Amino acid sequence: MKTAEPFARFAYHRHADQARATPASYPVVIIGAGPVGLTLAIDLKLRGIECVLLDDQDRIGEGSRAICFAKRTLEIWDRLGCAAPMLEKGVRWNIGKVFQGEDQLYQFDLLPEAGHKMPAFINLQQYYAEKFLVDRAQALGIDLRWLNRVSGIRHHQDGAELTIETPDGPYRLDARFVIACDGVRSPMRAMLGLEFIGEEFEDQFLIADVRMTAPFPVERWFWFDPPFHGGQSCLLHKQPDDIWRIDLQLSPEADTEHERQPGVVRPRIERMLGHADFELEWISIYRFQCRRLERFVHDALIFAGDAAHQVSPFGARGANSGVQDADNLGWKLAATLRGRAGLIASYDQERSEAADENILNSTRATDFIAPRHRTEARFRNAALALARLTEFGRRFVNSGRLSLPTVYQDSPLSTPDEQPWAAGPSPGTPIPDAPLGDGYLSEGLRHDFALLWRRNVSDTDGIDGLPVIDVHEKDRILIERFALTPGAAYLIRPDRHVAARFHQVTQDVVAAALAKAGAA
Amino acid sequence: MTALDTSARFVDPDAAYRAIIEAQRGLTESQGADLNAALVLILANQLGDIALLREALALARATLERAK
Repeated sequence: MKTAEPFARFAYHRHADQARATPASYPVVIIGAGPVGLTLAIDLKLRGIECVLLDDQDRIGEGSRAICFAKRTLEIWDRLGCAAPMLEKGVRWNIGKVFQGEDQLYQFDLLPEAGHKMPAFINLQQYYAEKFLVDRAQALGIDLRWLNRVSGIRHHQDGAELTIETPDGPYRLDARFVIACDGVRSPMRAMLGLEFIGEEFEDQFLIADVRMTAPFPVERWFWFDPPFHGGQSCLLHKQPDDIWRIDLQLSPEADTEHERQPGVVRPRIERMLGHADFELEWISIYRFQCRRLERFVHDALIFAGDAAHQVSPFGARGANSGVQDADNLGWKLAATLRGRAGLIASYDQERSEAADENILNSTRATDFIAPRHRTEARFRNAALALARLTEFGRRFVNSGRLSLPTVYQDSPLSTPDEQPWAAGPSPGTPIPDAPLGDGYLSEGLRHDFALLWRRNVSDTDGIDGLPVIDVHEKDRILIERFALTPGAAYLIRPDRHVAARFHQVTQDVVAAALAKAGAA
Repeated sequence: MTALDTSARFVDPDAAYRAIIEAQRGLTESQGADLNAALVLILANQLGDIALLREALALARATLERAK
C-alpha cells in the first residue's frame, strides 16, 4: 500500500502583505483551499470581488475522501469554468443496484429523464477535483497562499483581523468577511470554542480504495448482508484510474488498529472479489458522525462546508452540500459588499435548512444500514424481505438517499406564488436543467439574476437591468418542465433557485421580487 | 385532519384478533417477532398517512406505560 504521498505540491511564496506595518485589507479572506474554499474563491473572482485564499498545507493530499460529485455540483463548476476536466476524468454513473445476500433486490436510475447537460453523478477522487479547481483558480490569478495558517482572529467594527503564521513568521490581514472552509476538524471552529452538535454512530466502516481491472459495470452497488461479509453491509463504487472504493461495515466492537492492517483487509476483499488480483491503495476506518454548528454566521466569520456541518457518507452529501454552501454564499457576499443588507442572514437560514435536510437523510440511511439493536435489525430485515415482494418494500430500503439540492421552503428571498401553477419548480426550488436552443438552460444562465421568459409578441419590453433568457416554442421540454404558459416567466437567482414566478410579467412585480430576492 | 379511529372497525373483531394470533402459530418467538415487524411495515404502508401512523405509535407506546 502506498503511503500518503502528496498528489500535488505547491510552492509557498512570501507575499508583499507580510512586510506591511499595518495589515493589508481585503473584502474577503477564505480559510481552506478544499473544494468549498476553492469554489467560493473562483465564484467571487468571477464576480469581481478580490479575495485571498489561505491554506495551512502546501499540497493536495492523496487518500480516500469525497468521490461522488452530484449533478448540481457539476452545474456549479460548469458555471465557474472548471467542469470540463472533471467530466473528462470522472466516471459517469446513473444506475444504482441494491443486493441482499446473493440476490439483487432492485435497481434505480438517478436520472430517468433526458435533457440535462450534466450526469446525475460522476465519481472522481477528491484530489483530482481539487487539482482542477486549483488549476482554474491559478488561471484566474486568484491570490492563493500556501503554508499560511491562521492562528488568531479578532473581530472589530468593520470585520476581523487575522493573525497568520508562515515559514517567514506571522503577519496580519484585515477582512470585511472571513469564510472558514477549513474542513470537518475546523481549526477556526475550535479557535472560537464553538460547539459541534450532533451524534456519532456506533458502527465503524472500513474504507478501502483498491486498484484492479474488474468487469463490474459502472454503477453504485450496495449489499446488505453480502455472502463475502456476513451480517454487515458493503458499498462498491468505481473511480478513475481503475480504483474502486469499497466501504465495509464493521461491528461497533471492532478493533480499528487490527482491522486496518493490510493482512486483515486483504482477505476480506479477496472474499468479496473472488480473487487476489488487486492492490490496496488506501485504508481508513471511520465512525460516522452527523453534526452541525448551531449558527453558520458569527459576525464577520462565516462557516461553510464540513466546518459548518458533517454528515455520514451514505448519500454523497458532504462535499456536494459544501459546494452548494459556496454557491449560496458567493453572490450574497458580492451583493453585501455592494451595499445590499440582510443577505448573509439568509445564507445562515437557507444553508441551515439544507444542513438539517442532509443530516436527516444521512442519519436515516445510517440507521437503516447499521441498526442499533435487534428490534431495529428485525424491521430492517423485514423491509428487505418485503422489497423482494413489493414496490413499497423497496421504497423503505435505504442504502443512502443520494444528494439533491435542497428546496428553500421558507426563504425570506422568495416571493410566494400569487396564483396556482400547474407544475414547475416553486419559489425556493433549485431549477431543473433543460435543453434551450442549441444548448442547455444551465449554460444560458450566467452569474447573475435572470428572467426565464416565454415572451408574447406584445411583451417587447425587457426589465431594467435584468438579463432575459427567451424561451421559444421549439424549447418544448423546457416549457413543459417549467409549465411555462405564453407570457409566463421565472425569476432565477444567481445560485439558480427560483426567486419568483409570474404568469404575466410587469415591470413592477418583477422589480419587487428582484428587490426581495436580494439584487444589489 | 384525519384522526386515528379508535372505535371498533371490524364487524367481527374476534375473527380479526384470531387471524393475528393464528399467524403466530408454530413460530418461534424470534420468528414471531420477524413476522410482526413485516406486518407493521405492511399495515403502515396501507395506512399511508404519517400523522395517523404517529398517532398509532403513540397509542402503542401508551400501552407500555399502562403495563408498568
